[in-house]
Amino acid sequence: MTEKTSSGLFPRRRSLHFVGPRNWLLAVGVFVLIGGQASAFTAYVSNEKSNTISVVDTDKFTVVKTIKVGQRPRGIELTKDGKFVLVAVGDDDTIQVIDVRTHEIVANLPSGPDPELFTQDHTGKILYVANENDNTVTIIDVERRVPLGEVQVGVEPEGMGLSPDGKILVATSETSNMAHFIDTETRRIVANVLVDARPRFAEFKRNGSEVWVSSEIGGTVSVIDPVKHEMKKKITFDIPGLRKEAIQAVGISITPDGKTGFVALGPANRIAVINGATHEVQKYLLVGQRVWHMAFTPDEKYLLTTNGVSNDVSVIDVANLKVIKTIQVGELPWGIAISQQ
Amino acid sequence: MSPDRCASLIRLLLAGTFLFAWMSASTDAAEINISYLRRADPKSTLSLIQTPAANDGLAGARLAIDDNNTTGRFLNQQFSLEDVRLGGGADAAAATMALAERGVSLVIADLPPDGLLKAADADASRKLLFFNVGAIDDRLREEDCRANLIHTAPTRSMLADALAQYLVWKQWRRWLLVVGSHAEDKLYGDALRRSAKRFGARIVQEKVFEDTGGARRTDSGVVQIQRQLPVFTQGAPAYDVLVAADESEVFASYLPYRTWDPRPVAGSAGLVPTSWDGSHDQWGAVQLQDRFMRQFSRRMTARDMQAWTAVRMIGEGASRTRSADPKAMLDFLTGPDFALAAFKGQRLTLRDWNLQLRQPILLSDGRMIVSVSPQEGFLHQVSELDTLGIDRPESQCRLK
Repeated sequence: MTEKTSSGLFPRRRSLHFVGPRNWLLAVGVFVLIGGQASAFTAYVSNEKSNTISVVDTDKFTVVKTIKVGQRPRGIELTKDGKFVLVAVGDDDTIQVIDVRTHEIVANLPSGPDPELFTQDHTGKILYVANENDNTVTIIDVERRVPLGEVQVGVEPEGMGLSPDGKILVATSETSNMAHFIDTETRRIVANVLVDARPRFAEFKRNGSEVWVSSEIGGTVSVIDPVKHEMKKKITFDIPGLRKEAIQAVGISITPDGKTGFVALGPANRIAVINGATHEVQKYLLVGQRVWHMAFTPDEKYLLTTNGVSNDVSVIDVANLKVIKTIQVGELPWGIAISQQ
Repeated sequence: MSPDRCASLIRLLLAGTFLFAWMSASTDAAEINISYLRRADPKSTLSLIQTPAANDGLAGARLAIDDNNTTGRFLNQQFSLEDVRLGGGADAAAATMALAERGVSLVIADLPPDGLLKAADADASRKLLFFNVGAIDDRLREEDCRANLIHTAPTRSMLADALAQYLVWKQWRRWLLVVGSHAEDKLYGDALRRSAKRFGARIVQEKVFEDTGGARRTDSGVVQIQRQLPVFTQGAPAYDVLVAADESEVFASYLPYRTWDPRPVAGSAGLVPTSWDGSHDQWGAVQLQDRFMRQFSRRMTARDMQAWTAVRMIGEGASRTRSADPKAMLDFLTGPDFALAAFKGQRLTLRDWNLQLRQPILLSDGRMIVSVSPQEGFLHQVSELDTLGIDRPESQCRLK
């Protein structure tokens, strides 16, 4: 039986009273609000090997808490209302829901087997999950915690990007080397675009004019017109002193104004900075080893990247395009999400 | 260009577009038929759990057919596989001609080197494209290379180099080399000797293990083996690691834990270089391993992987060129746009001078992956994968 007392998406197991240690937490919070800068956000980093989430204060750039989760946490996002962290724990075949206030796991979602990356619709009520093991995208009703359906895609779906208007979902399949364009209303594939080997991530520009798809083994980013389903440009990377094999495009973040894109290059240990208009590479930023994914702070001042092999997070000053800080987190950090709180 | 020519070119292009549109709209999927040509004789091994399954190799090809068809659904391409088993005296050349007559043009071949060459040479008009998924002989990529023969199986020299790089990285530079008495064992011994020289290891002594016959399965063999092997390895000069070359499965698996000096074993037993192992789980390999296990109820072997890779290469060639034509496929596979994702952490490409697939080599102890070569620090001006095996400047291959 589920309690129906909560106003949020997930019923709380018990009501919250700020007693005992929480008074202390509250005090710290008040102190941060008064004494700290305005940019006190919280970053949640999934550590694939440690089975933990590192909670990072983006003001001090330190780990303030470590949350134990299920096995092999990777894809991570905040719910649209900012109240919960969703983390795909692939080896437990579920997506866990963590209350950002208590840091406790409050629910498990029926994600289908081995979830890795997922995305939410703009209302935050529907979740689209890539299930690598059975070539499907599972659609979940978050509130009711039930699967609504699934879409058959290519071999090993992974990257999931939703258009800003929520009408088109792009799923990438790693062994089919395709970006599948799925109509979210009919849940049918409307187009398939072949991209380079092992596509891992899809990201729309905020104005919906382009979707960028990274190919890990191909080492490229395909810029696709989401209306015509045509490749507009293929971004390639050339770093002096590095063999082609070491350049593996993975995570992508694009600034909300669409002017600058950032692409994580995996074992090349660099983030490529790309002009959003011309699609030319402007700069390479050296970060930690095997960089996976990244997220902006809500004020867009900083971009935080997860560096799998060196067990740390690099902080990039977005305005100056400089790496300013490294934060030690858990083992094999993979995904990252940043909340306003 | 004259206006007339320009107009006719436009007409031609339009006609081509219509033809393409018509083909795309047609409900009949393009069929891509592949034959899997193999010998019927099973290999016997010292370890019962390493005895190859009856569908060893073939199962990998079947899985790749399924993967190709999942992709093919979206491209209107349908892949199929036919298993062609050659009996003891059957002639590979005749079998190839029979395939060619039936219109087969893509052949996955798991044959011994001589049979493989017969098959490739039977295709005198070069209308077929062969993928060698079994034979590791360097000569097939060197003096006996063929322009219609792609190799997804690694070579002995690639395997030996992969092992040598790790042993040298580990600072186990003094090797006691034990080579079997069969021809393949000697070839592997040669490859290991070449690797030792190339990467700075020293063979302190070399021994031959004579195959005097006898059964691999006996009721109380272990009693004798644990007395024989220490004596066989007694009195060797100081060494760090025993490296065994025993492709014939006569003695190497008896060596671990039975050497006179307590030393690790590598090569044909102990730490074994291989293109794949059922325990490999990095770089997304779990997905492939799971798919394989679900379908065939056993673990995926190196031969399975070599066949999977070959059929996936065909799938890539077909989806990128929108064709099943072997010539177009070979051009694509040897061209700059080909890169295969095969769960080894980096792209696999073809060496265009001898049609050998570049690939990292796993080092397995039979239960876990100990390391993956090339090792860090072994550099190369083109691809670090070319630090494994015979490189372009040394190659004797002239493709024709």
